[in-house]
Amino acid sequence: MPPVHDILTFMKLKDIIACVDGQLICGESHLEDEIARGFASDLMSDVLTILEDDILLITGLSNNQAIRTAEMSDIKNILLVRNKKPSQNMIDMAQELNISLSYTSYSLFKASALLFQKGLKPVY
Amino acid sequence: MHQEYTVPAQDFSVAGVASSNFKRLLKQLNLPPKVIKRIIVAVFEAEVNVIAHSYGGRIVCELGEDTITVEVIDTGPGIPNLDLAMKEGWSTATEEILELGYGAGMGLPNIKKNCDRLSIRTKAGEHTHITMGFDLKEEP
Repeated sequence: MPPVHDILTFMKLKDIIACVDGQLICGESHLEDEIARGFASDLMSDVLTILEDDILLITGLSNNQAIRTAEMSDIKNILLVRNKKPSQNMIDMAQELNISLSYTSYSLFKASALLFQKGLKPVY
Repeated sequence: MHQEYTVPAQDFSVAGVASSNFKRLLKQLNLPPKVIKRIIVAVFEAEVNVIAHSYGGRIVCELGEDTITVEVIDTGPGIPNLDLAMKEGWSTATEEILELGYGAGMGLPNIKKNCDRLSIRTKAGEHTHITMGFDLKEEP
């Protein structure tokens, strides 16, 4: 049997949003996406060093750069924390690039902790 | 195939537009997603560097059968200490750049990590010319 930390639990985006009492802003087609890992950072420079694809980006950085960074890193789902609602420009960009945007009023720490508790794994 | 993109100075509203267009082109060529990601992360880091630190520049891409070469050529002002700039965490980013989520001093080290060949020609007061080489065969 592999060690416990090697077992990946996938969470559907809709369950991720429910877990943090969040709301989907755009990207309904992603609600059934199965996500294994999350990365929480406000620093896009750090996000760009992640090699894994299809992770959940949890961030308080609510600007176009968050969307651009997700695009370059093949990240399809972004969860904004600290009640940071995106601008219309950000939403338009996310829709064009087929990236889902959700938000929660929880802090980066709380949202990450709740998701970790539910089985979402860190990248490292 | 040859492709060029212009990158303006200091205009963060267009940061990533060149890389985004280049990514679309690479996808059309049906390259493996992992290879595309490596190339695009490196090119995007370089594009952000041009916007953040230079007087503007251009990205020149040569697409061959087995390799892709991307040159990022700006118009100055050059990097005074390249050894320092290659160090993870060393940054000259302004407050504005930090607010945008960049400027952690990971740009050049991350470029180096993602390309197969890298050469940087620069000098304080002159332009910076970065040449990145990528092999298209996916690693086993």
